[in-house]
Amino acid sequence: MEFKEKVLQVIAEVCEDDVVKEEQDLDIFEAGLLDSFATVELIVQFEEQLGINVPITEFDRDTWNTPNAIIDRLNELK
Amino acid sequence: MTPYSSFLFFIILGILLLPTMILGIMGKHLRYYNVFVSIAVLALIFSGGDEGFYSLVIFTILQLVLIKSYISYRQKKNSSLVFYLMSLLSIMPLILSKILPFLAVDNWASFLGISYLTFRAVQIIIETRDGLIKQQLSIYQLVNFMLFYPTISSGPIDRFRRFQKDEEKRWTPEEYKELLYKGINKIFLGFLYKFIIGYAINTYFIMDLDHIADGRFSYHLLYMYSYSLYLFFDFAGYTLFAVGVSYIMGIRSPENFNMPFISRNIKDFWNRWHMSLSFWFRDYVFMRFVFLMKKKKWIQNKMLVSNLGYILLFLLMGVWHGLAIQYIVYGAYHALMMTAFNYFETWNKKHKRWPTGKTMTIVSIVITFHVVCFGFYLFSGRPFQ
Repeated sequence: MEFKEKVLQVIAEVCEDDVVKEEQDLDIFEAGLLDSFATVELIVQFEEQLGINVPITEFDRDTWNTPNAIIDRLNELK
Repeated sequence: MTPYSSFLFFIILGILLLPTMILGIMGKHLRYYNVFVSIAVLALIFSGGDEGFYSLVIFTILQLVLIKSYISYRQKKNSSLVFYLMSLLSIMPLILSKILPFLAVDNWASFLGISYLTFRAVQIIIETRDGLIKQQLSIYQLVNFMLFYPTISSGPIDRFRRFQKDEEKRWTPEEYKELLYKGINKIFLGFLYKFIIGYAINTYFIMDLDHIADGRFSYHLLYMYSYSLYLFFDFAGYTLFAVGVSYIMGIRSPENFNMPFISRNIKDFWNRWHMSLSFWFRDYVFMRFVFLMKKKKWIQNKMLVSNLGYILLFLLMGVWHGLAIQYIVYGAYHALMMTAFNYFETWNKKHKRWPTGKTMTIVSIVITFHVVCFGFYLFSGRPFQ
């Protein structure tokens, strides 16, 4: 599986909604799909499934707000 | 002199900031002149004698030593024990300042703004631990951030890396004019909030409640509503001053309020009320706690982890305000409301019983408003008198 698809899969699992795979510019915080608790879950899953370490304090809601933005940020951290 | 409490303060500040504005409009660097303004205003604030000037100096030196030595340490090693120890030492003055009054001794540890300044310092230690701050920071950078006078007494609590970006930035004349316009706008809105609306509610309603209310119940009910509104206008007014002056200094300090009284639920409320504080607790307490529990697999139950996180967060937030009974009860009350809402939200996600639509949104807002106002009523201390 491609990296991008893997990331989308993880986000969809945590958000419990496949809409993030379709609408990749959706603001997942504004849409109410992700709260601070789910954010932590997402960070844990990135570490476990993708092996990428995202510090909690790095996860800024302004720059990690859409599936596409998350993919970009993860690519930077890879 | 308490910041933003008198017109004299505003007049002095206005004169001091005139050169800043001229430099900004000309597109020049603001930082050198701003250092002068900062020293002058800090001297003005802390020269009264009651604000704890010496405690502030000792506090600042302590935090500088802690931060600088932790960054040096972290460049080589990364032990959890050292991190927790450094964080504890960093909040020690705050803990002392809360406990000392109970020991019936002089509260020598306290000074104006200690609760807010502590958060600025601890945050640098946490971000260093997370590897987000790698380079050693200069004394100038640290002091400038920690003692940024516009927000020194009651926030908003800025983040070091965000602050630094603005501080290093050289605004173009167009960008600066925009900042200046916004800043002045905020300050005047602040006058309306704090000195007109807040003042009027307090003077003509709260202080006159004995004549207005016709019984014990109505007295307390009206007190609850009016105190809540007063608290908002007073604090939001202060925040507008603090953020407005920051803008004129070329720093876009974060906002604290986003129409809190139209919150649809208690979770929504905490994303709208005293945001720089609640986000601080969210990022540095709640999320770290949840992360630790998940990572170490100490607690598996999702509901339990999030609820324990909320309880920890709100009890801490309560005692952060002070160790008086009303603050502890206030924290416990919000912990209870958040956990109750957490259960409800999870249940409703499954069963979808809570109807949606315009009417229900209004009903939700009205319910939340009352839950919140009752919280402020507890916070005011009136029920415990």
